[in-house]
Amino acid sequence: MKINPDQKLNTKLWEVSIEMVPTRTGFGEGLLQAGEENKNVVALTADLKDSTKNDAFAKKFPDRFVELGVAEQNMAGVASGMAAMGKIPFMSSYAVFSPGRNWEHIRTTICYNNVNVKIAGHHTGLSVGPDGGSHQALEDIALMRVLPNMTVVAPCDAVEALKATLALANASGPAYLRLAREKTPVMTTDDSPFEIGKANLLLGADKPQVGIVACGPIIYQALRAAKRLADEHIDVAVLNMHTIKPIDKKALVELAKRTGALVTVEEHQQPGGLGSAVAECLAEELPTPIEFAAVNNRFGQSGEPMELIEHYGLGVDTIMEKVKMVLARKNRSINKYERINGNV
Amino acid sequence: MSAFVILLKLMFLDDSKLKFLEQKANDIRKSIVEMLVEARSGHTAGPLGMADVFTALYFHLLKHDPKKPEWDERDRVILSNGHICPVLYATLAHAGYFPVEELKTLRKYGSRLQGHPHREFLPLMETSSGPLGEGLSQTAGMCLADRLDSGATSSRYFYCLMSDGEWQEGSTWEAAMFSAKQGFHNLIAIIDRNNIQIDGYTENVMPLEPFHQKLEAFGWHVIEIDGHSFEEITEAVGQAKAVFGRPTAIIANTIPGKGVPAFEHKFEWHGKTPSEEEGKEALKALRTLGGKIKHED
Repeated sequence: MKINPDQKLNTKLWEVSIEMVPTRTGFGEGLLQAGEENKNVVALTADLKDSTKNDAFAKKFPDRFVELGVAEQNMAGVASGMAAMGKIPFMSSYAVFSPGRNWEHIRTTICYNNVNVKIAGHHTGLSVGPDGGSHQALEDIALMRVLPNMTVVAPCDAVEALKATLALANASGPAYLRLAREKTPVMTTDDSPFEIGKANLLLGADKPQVGIVACGPIIYQALRAAKRLADEHIDVAVLNMHTIKPIDKKALVELAKRTGALVTVEEHQQPGGLGSAVAECLAEELPTPIEFAAVNNRFGQSGEPMELIEHYGLGVDTIMEKVKMVLARKNRSINKYERINGNV
Repeated sequence: MSAFVILLKLMFLDDSKLKFLEQKANDIRKSIVEMLVEARSGHTAGPLGMADVFTALYFHLLKHDPKKPEWDERDRVILSNGHICPVLYATLAHAGYFPVEELKTLRKYGSRLQGHPHREFLPLMETSSGPLGEGLSQTAGMCLADRLDSGATSSRYFYCLMSDGEWQEGSTWEAAMFSAKQGFHNLIAIIDRNNIQIDGYTENVMPLEPFHQKLEAFGWHVIEIDGHSFEEITEAVGQAKAVFGRPTAIIANTIPGKGVPAFEHKFEWHGKTPSEEEGKEALKALRTLGGKIKHED
């Protein structure tokens, strides 16, 4: 296991004292900064100004902040109309409501029109915690990934969320930004690279046996799993696939080539999420054994974030187990191949 | 001449202008029937019913230039109930945005005239539509962006063309609340009150009445008119422009299938098209203005 020096990761990566900041905070800072850089940036929210971190923008640019009340469908249409007139709307709500409740409005008024609207889906994943399953969006990547014209980004920490927000403000077309409520470790730094559609290899051992592909704050669990696996002499690479659509095919194929076995990790339902995107890509490009660490056909429930992450099979132990499972599959198929070819 | 006098002159309807509009509406109706017969699918009642409103807008009331569809100062027409697009397409063609011949490509593979409007295919439209209950939100968003750019006295008007049935969508009322909150003086919703929808008469399917009062209770200025009277359409739009700090809803009472007696008032014609034979009869009815005048075939 080797930290990729090009990534300029937080030097306190493995320390207990690593800074903890929610990705939504990075979004709020990015939104404010985007607003300062471009007067066409406007912010919309459906009665969730503070918890979606729109407050600083609203205070600084009251005319460019739009409060829509509890009406997410209307929010999508209003954002579309503003974009048609040259604005760059960022619309925020909890992901269960937007893009959940208003999915078809997003499809027709934003994607079908191909207008420049950015959808910030907040409170995604299990880490919403005590609010319970109704508020834990575990389907949003699937909902957004399936739409033509849509870009889908799930930043791993607050620093990356800030960069992603600025990058999306400068990119044209519909985009979805997946954000989380809880404080999570700040793994990257201001100097870490970020480019939409370009995955970052955080850990890249010399000869990794397994590659982990992950997105969002849960990547930290993947890093911890990789560290512990190194103690057991299993070398694991970790790829931060922050852009799920368009997926970085090149980085993915390269990792699959180098490792021959992958595990995907995401705070999302297994069907339709990052794991599906990875599997779809590799099925065409380079069929590779994959194990999925994801929520398996269940809704969430109340609890502390880490309790839930363990319960639903996204904790360090489960990720380690999946790595060993996929490694065994790889070895079995190598043995089979060698038997067929008379090498054994 | 002051701008005001020019405006009065423009808004004024003399007999010759009235005749011109009637003739245009009739031409548009004929095109609608012809394109639907050719397409063999699509909606008949709504487009025929709204031909007078569209004619009044594009040939009398709108600030627009068919030669410069991207002119920034143009008024915007947002068609919310996309299924009546034959009337939009026919009006745009007759106004000079594209050749009338192209109308025959409606709903055909590769056509710019998609079964429901898709802006990617025909960018001179303001939006795509089809799924109901989305146009008013977009219109409100445009008004808001316009206010940010042009201030509260903007002279660009935003017309949202809607059906009555789509006021059964909750999202339409969300947009109505929002528009009233924002007090858009330049948002004019023209609602096709033809009382029919796919499954029957609106008041049987899901009653909208008392519609006028509901809209007023939501904070709108409401005007009810005969949607086939060019004088009343013109008067209502003029009044809407004079209203301060409130959006206006014009409830245009129309006859679905208007102009073809065999189609008029029948909800069955909401979503079906005339056969070739029915089309011939319809065109004859339009040529003779329902038998009122003689016309050689």
